[in-house]
Amino acid sequence: MLSFTEEQIIRYSRHIILPEVGGEGQKKINEGKVLVIGTGGLGSPVAFYLAAAGVGTLGIIDDDVVDLSNLQRQILHSTKDIGRPKVESAEEKLKALNPDIDVVVYRERLTSRNMMEIISGYDVIVDGTDNFSTRFVTNDACVMAGKPFVHGGILKFSGQAMTIVPGEGPCFRCIFKEPPQQGSVPSCSQAGVLGVLAGTIGVIQATEVLKYLLGKGELLVGRLLTYDALAMKFREVQVKKNPSCPICGENPTITELVDYELPACSIQDNKPFK
Amino acid sequence: MAEFEVAATLDITPDVCPITFVKTKLKLEQLKEGEILEVLLNDGEPIQNVPRSVKGEGHKIVLVEKLDGKYRLLIQRG
Repeated sequence: MLSFTEEQIIRYSRHIILPEVGGEGQKKINEGKVLVIGTGGLGSPVAFYLAAAGVGTLGIIDDDVVDLSNLQRQILHSTKDIGRPKVESAEEKLKALNPDIDVVVYRERLTSRNMMEIISGYDVIVDGTDNFSTRFVTNDACVMAGKPFVHGGILKFSGQAMTIVPGEGPCFRCIFKEPPQQGSVPSCSQAGVLGVLAGTIGVIQATEVLKYLLGKGELLVGRLLTYDALAMKFREVQVKKNPSCPICGENPTITELVDYELPACSIQDNKPFK
Repeated sequence: MAEFEVAATLDITPDVCPITFVKTKLKLEQLKEGEILEVLLNDGEPIQNVPRSVKGEGHKIVLVEKLDGKYRLLIQRG
């Protein structure tokens, strides 16, 4: 039976009005459990909007502290938070926005060792990492556990997003077989990023999460959405499942999770999440 | 006037738009197809908007009755 408090009816009224959502859909959102990896550029808007939407359990994982150089794009954190653990700063903002939700905090780095245990409690996993090792290990873990994984990435003036639903479409490794060679792809701290890109791509990821929880619309499954902010153009690249994919192919060669030895964000600035 | 068997009653006279419709919609979601919801609502915006929005979601307005300064609406869940 649908039971909302008077406050919830008002808070979520603009959702409930939507024919595709209604009280039933809002309940699905309220019962949703979403893990956001990283509370940096992408993680900030993702977690912020999902908290606003009323996602009942929001897991956030990050072992970093807030740095002045983060504030150009990581909107969950403020100037007064410099030096604080990002998860602590994030939790405070998310709970202030919506006291209705549970925020589960992991002040640690997501690796092959803790990955399976942490993701097991969630319905959807969101990529807000800036490093390829975590991204590939998360992809592999989500394929193994059969969990949807909403990928997003930004650099300079470009961004991309794709949703991986194991068994229904390609995984990240079907497209990008393995992490790039060290130094071949510059990081945000080396190459720069227009801060607002985090919002554009992060909000697309949050949209995918809500659609998944609602069971409505067309997910970015098998469709890599790319965004060029300078040209102000979106492109959709159709991508197929690779039958010889090492993780989701017919004969997987990856049978256990392995971390990659890659510096997270350049040599001087070795941080796991942005 | 035909008599209808009312499955549930909702008073939205203390509410304003769009909460009037939101509460009506939530109540209708709890009913089974064909069941009747009785709604008490104010003149003005509520009576102009609620029936229209309800019809837009596929429900049927089976009765609109003007009472003293307010309205009684019977909605059949679609």
